[in-house]
Amino acid sequence: MESIGVLMTCPPNFPYLVEELEKRFTLYKLQNAPDKTHFINSHKNSIRAVVGNAGFGADAELIDQLPKLEIVSSFSVGLDKVDLPKCKEKRIRVTNTPDVLTNDVADLAIGLMLAVLRRLCESDRYVRSGKWKKGDYKLTTKFTGKSVGIIGLGRIGMAIATRAEAFSCPISYYARTEKPDVKYRYYPSVIELAANCQILVVACALTEETHHIVNREVMNALGPKGVLINIGRGPHVDEPELVSALLEGRLGGAGLDVFEDEPNVPEPLFGLENVVLLPHVGSGTVETRKAMADLVVGNLEAHFFKKPLLTPVV
Amino acid sequence: MAAKQNQENLPVVLVYRRPQFNLPHRNRLSRHFILLDPADSQEPTSSFLSTYAQSVRALLCVGYSTITSETLSLLPSLELIVACSAGVDHIDLQECHRRGIAITNASVAFAEDVADLAVGLLIDVLRKISGADRFVRGGLWPVMGDYPLGSKLGGKRVGIVGFGSIGSEVAKRLVAFGCSIAYNSRRRKPSVPFPYHANVRGLAADSDILILCCALTEETHHMINEGVMTSLGKEGVIINVGRGSLIDEKELVQFLVQGKIGGAGLDVFENEPDVPKELFSLDNVVLSPHRAVFTPESLEALIDLTSANLKAFFSNKPLKSLVEIEL
Repeated sequence: MESIGVLMTCPPNFPYLVEELEKRFTLYKLQNAPDKTHFINSHKNSIRAVVGNAGFGADAELIDQLPKLEIVSSFSVGLDKVDLPKCKEKRIRVTNTPDVLTNDVADLAIGLMLAVLRRLCESDRYVRSGKWKKGDYKLTTKFTGKSVGIIGLGRIGMAIATRAEAFSCPISYYARTEKPDVKYRYYPSVIELAANCQILVVACALTEETHHIVNREVMNALGPKGVLINIGRGPHVDEPELVSALLEGRLGGAGLDVFEDEPNVPEPLFGLENVVLLPHVGSGTVETRKAMADLVVGNLEAHFFKKPLLTPVV
Repeated sequence: MAAKQNQENLPVVLVYRRPQFNLPHRNRLSRHFILLDPADSQEPTSSFLSTYAQSVRALLCVGYSTITSETLSLLPSLELIVACSAGVDHIDLQECHRRGIAITNASVAFAEDVADLAVGLLIDVLRKISGADRFVRGGLWPVMGDYPLGSKLGGKRVGIVGFGSIGSEVAKRLVAFGCSIAYNSRRRKPSVPFPYHANVRGLAADSDILILCCALTEETHHMINEGVMTSLGKEGVIINVGRGSLIDEKELVQFLVQGKIGGAGLDVFENEPDVPKELFSLDNVVLSPHRAVFTPESLEALIDLTSANLKAFFSNKPLKSLVEIEL
């Protein structure tokens, strides 16, 4: 299958994925090209697939430049960087990597909750800087029993709920519609959810509707003792509003794995001890990234061997 | 000494603390007990005790103030020590056993908070939360790109050392993350649904992660030694929310520095607040300043529990959190 061209639109940073693709296809690494437009133009007739990730996908412009494009296989579960309607229109298949990363992302969500409430990073800094010799660290806030509100009760949202239940946290959620078999309390709006929980987690897909779903009003409703956890996408949260809510004490704390303009993180957050900042590592374990890569390659192979796709979305 | 006009019938409780440790529930306790507090007096403790504490039956031990056999010899009527900590290794247990002095501890009040911290430290070590937070705050994300990958928690084999109130809360939480649990304890516990290992080395050989939740005694001192760490292996992770001296700290540092073990999350150290400097430059280590119990909720629960133990004692009812001493 070496004559099949695959364009990798994301940085080729994961050696295993790159190697596995190169074994089977001719891999074109867009991020390494000095002149991207020229690069695409030179290879457009052999490119039949695109591999992207959470940060880099296939927008309408790119799709239009690739006349032989048949499939977009994303190294992520979120597809906000892929123009899905355009793919549907041009009958381009789209696959993602659901399920294999669910547990890691849910683990990280709980890790962020514990890190913020119990000030894990801040107290680690306290020890490393020698401050412990001068005095004890202060009290932190108990996690067990705190109410957790989840925006989006899909695979990741449910996995977060199951874990939080082991800490005796009462669970409530917002979703587009109430889920019939679910025992958790449903709220018909995000602002009501925020007003009725102590920890609010964003766990839904990023779409036009969910852009800035956590806005100033929601943050005010969550309040000075409330904590926001974002393991979804940066644009779920109005970031400038988040910064001012934290600086002004209208919001109690935040654990953030994603930002509106990665890898740029608002610098005013760097000095806050009630905030934990992570460089989009939700699925960032050796085991899971390998499983994701296997899915990307598996989907491409299935497509080119005319077998059913493993995890199609379009 | 405090005036006792309205309090003649109230039982007397000796408060035993280092002056810098405050008694957070003085007011609440004063409603039910007469509090004798040597730290309030100018007199040296031993002469204070000889003069005023001869008929004292109950002692409230705040913080980790050591209670030696010498101190106990100044308290001939003592029948109960109420400790405000989970650990009772600062009390001369042998002497208490000899004298028939009962000891209550506070594990039950703290168990959830300690378990939360143990799980938090574990996720932090495996997923490099503190390291990655440092990376972002240092402005390195735009410069250096992706942060190194961590290790998945689900499916890992967790060995819990000590399956008391704290160990069982840790197990309950980690089951929800898809971990498999096994444990070591002084004795097998028939009601515990997880596999039992009679010794820690065997537990380590079968585990990816060890979480230390047991008491510090002569037997458990340095129980995590070179042999156990070797059995745990190069990818192994140790979480310690017990006492620093459960681990041979010098060995642990060597193992971490030489990459012979995968990582560690430590809330306690052999010589607090001193922490081996070699650990400060390691990204696979998360350090916490002995804060596992320190949340306002935990302290409220502590006050409730210690008051309840004292009330039970003085009304001849069963104690709430009696420690079974094994000598």
